Amino acid sequence: MIIYTYDGTFEGLLTSIFETYNRKNFPVDICSRQGEQKHLFAQKLDIHTNEIKAERVWKGIQNKLMGKNNQLLFYAFLSEEKGIEMKIYRFLRRLFSEHFNIETDFGDSDVLYLTQTSQKVKKEAMRMMQFVRFQHAKDGMYFCGIEPRYDVIPLVINHFKNRFADQKWLLYDLKRNYGILYENEKIEEVIISNKEFNTITGQVNENILQEGEEFYQKLWKSYFKHINIKERKNLKLQRLHMPRRFWKYLPEKQGIN
Amino acid sequence: MSNENVHKKLNILADAAKYDVSCASSGSNRKNTSKGIGSGVACGICHSFTEDGRCVSLFKILMTNNCIYDCAYCVNRRSNDKPRATFTVKEIVDLTIGFYRRNYIEGLFLSSGVIKSPDFTMERMVLVAKKLRLEENYNGYIHLKAIPGASPQLVQEAGLWADRLSVNLEIPTNTNLKLLAPEKNHPEILSPMTQIRNGILANKEERKKFRRAPKFAPAGQSTQMIIGATPETDRQIILLSSGLYRTQNLKRVYFSGYLPVNQNDKRLPAITRPPLVRENRLYQSDWLMRFYKFKAEEILTEDQPFLDLEVDPKLGFALRNMDQFPVDINRADYEMILRIPGIGVQSAQKIIMARRHRKLNSMHLKKIGIVMKRAKYFITCNELPVSTTDWAPERLKRKIISESLTKNRKLLDTQLSLFNDFKPALPPLH
Ligand code: SF4
Repeated sequence: MIIYTYDGTFEGLLTSIFETYNRKNFPVDICSRQGEQKHLFAQKLDIHTNEIKAERVWKGIQNKLMGKNNQLLFYAFLSEEKGIEMKIYRFLRRLFSEHFNIETDFGDSDVLYLTQTSQKVKKEAMRMMQFVRFQHAKDGMYFCGIEPRYDVIPLVINHFKNRFADQKWLLYDLKRNYGILYENEKIEEVIISNKEFNTITGQVNENILQEGEEFYQKLWKSYFKHINIKERKNLKLQRLHMPRRFWKYLPEKQGIN
Repeated sequence: MSNENVHKKLNILADAAKYDVSCASSGSNRKNTSKGIGSGVACGICHSFTEDGRCVSLFKILMTNNCIYDCAYCVNRRSNDKPRATFTVKEIVDLTIGFYRRNYIEGLFLSSGVIKSPDFTMERMVLVAKKLRLEENYNGYIHLKAIPGASPQLVQEAGLWADRLSVNLEIPTNTNLKLLAPEKNHPEILSPMTQIRNGILANKEERKKFRRAPKFAPAGQSTQMIIGATPETDRQIILLSSGLYRTQNLKRVYFSGYLPVNQNDKRLPAITRPPLVRENRLYQSDWLMRFYKFKAEEILTEDQPFLDLEVDPKLGFALRNMDQFPVDINRADYEMILRIPGIGVQSAQKIIMARRHRKLNSMHLKKIGIVMKRAKYFITCNELPVSTTDWAPERLKRKIISESLTKNRKLLDTQLSLFNDFKPALPPLH
C-alpha cells in the first residue's frame, strides 16, 4: 500500500504519475500534500515536481488523445474535485496500455466522469467570459474580483488579453487569492496584499473609482431594466442561464431583489 | 459623457428596441489584429439575462424611435403618441465602447426607425459602424439592420463594417404585410436581402483568392418575422423559413410572438398575451430542421398545418410514426438516434462513440445524460421490456404530458445555446 503526495499542481500530478511507472510501484491514492490525510497507515511517498518528467507524461498524453480532446485531463484537474487524481491515474493506465482509443468509452465510469467534469470546467470558464464585469479605477486599471467555482482564471487569460489588448486590466480570484494582471502587453500573476475592494463582491472602494464609472454602471442598469419585456417574464429561465451565485458581481443586478 | 440627457434617451431607445428578437453575437471570429479593443468569439457570448430569460449579448438599441412610417404592429409608428428620442452618432459610439470595455457586451446591434428617408437613416447607422472600426480601433461585434429602400451603395458599405446584417421580413406573407404596413412590401425587403446574400458569396470567393480582401458581413445575415399578428399557418411559416435558409443562405430566421402593443387597431387580433408556446414550438421546429436533419414536410403535413401546442414537434413526429420505433440504441444509425425523443445532439454523438467500445444498457444511457423518462418508450437496448414501447400513440401522449406537467412547467426557452455545444475560446496549454 503506497500513497503518493504532491504539491497540488498539475505538473506535480504528472510527475507523480511518471514516478509510479518509473518505480513500478502503483499507488492506492495520489493526493495533494495540503489535502486531508485519510490513509493513516499507508506508506507515503512525497514527490517533488519535476518539469522534465511532467513534460514527458504530457507528451505521452498528447500522442494518444485526439486533438480536440487533448486538454481533457488538464480541465478535469482544474475542477479541484476530491479524488480526481486517481481517476486521472486510472484513465492514464488504460490510455497507455490499450491500443484502442479509450477516450470515447463513455460506458467506463472514469472516462465519463472525466469528460463530464472537464465540460463543467469549460462551462465555468465560459461563465467568466460572460459575467466578469470590469470597474474602471482612478489609475486607469479595469478591475474585476470574482469567485469561480473551479480554478479557471488561467483558461480565460488569452480571451481577455486578445479582447482588451489596449487596456490595463486585473482579473482577481477572490477565493483562491490570486489574480492576473495585464499591462503593456504583458501578463503577470499577482497577489494583492492591500485590498482596496470588497473581498466578497469584488466591489472596488468608491474613493478609487474613476470618474464616470458610476455613471456607466447606472446607464447599464437602466438599459438592463428597459430592454426587458414584462409580458414575457420568466425568472426561472433567467436563473437557469445566469446562476444566482454570480449576481453579486453584476451591476445590473444590484438594488434589485 | 455624463449627462442626464443621454440617460433619458437610453431609456426610451432601449424600450423601443426590446422587441427585436435577435441578440446573437455568433459567427464572427474577427481578430483584434490592430492591438485595439475587441474580438469576436465564434460561438457568441451572453453577458446577462433579463427577467424574461432572454440573453443580453449585444447592446441592442435604436438610433431613433422617430419614424415616418405607420406599421400597425409597431410601437414606434408615427401615429403613436410616445416620447421620442434620437441619439447622435457619437453618443452611440461612446456608449458601445464604454459598455464593451467593462465586459458588459459583445458588441452593438443597431436598428432604427426611419427618419426623413431610408437613405438618410442608413447613412447615419453606417457612420456609427465606420467610426467604431476606424476611429476607436474596435473589433467587437456589430450587427446593423438594413433599412429597406436604402440605396445598394449604403447596404454595401454597411457590410464592410458590420459582422452581421439583417433585413426583417416582418410578416410572413406579402398580402398581410401590405395590410398592416401599407408603405412596405416583400419585394422591397427581399431586394437588399438578395444583395447581401450575393455580397457574402462574392466576398467568400474573393477571399479565397486574396486573403487580405476586406470581409463583407462575415457573420452572415438573419431575418425576423412576427408570429400571430396575422393568420398564417405554422406550415406556411416553416416552409417559408426553410425556403429562406435555402435560397437566401440565412444564418437565422427569428420568430417573434406578437405582442399587443397597439390596442385599438382593428386590423390586429385582440389578444392580451403573446403566443409564447407557439413561438417556442416554431423554434423547436426550426432546430429540428437545422440540427436534427428533419424535413419541413415531416414536421407538418398538409392536413395538420398547425403545430401541436401540447407536445414538442420531435415527440409529435415520433407519436405520428410509431412504426419507426422502438430504435435499437446499439445498432441504429445517427440520423435515427437523433429522432428519439429525449436524446439531443450531444447525447446522440456520445452514443455513437461509446457503443464502439461496448454494448450500452439503460444505466449507461442514463449516465450519459439521456432523459430516460421520455426515451424509454422509444428505444430498445437489449434489456428494456418490450411492453414499455408497446403503447397506442394517443394514450402515450397523455401519459407523457401528465408526467411532464407534474414536474416543473416548461421553460419555453428560445435560446439556441441549450442545443449547442459550449465551445469557449480556451487557450491551449503548453
Ligand atoms: S418602419 Fe420600423 S420603426 Fe417605423 S413603424 Fe414600421 S416597424 Fe416601426
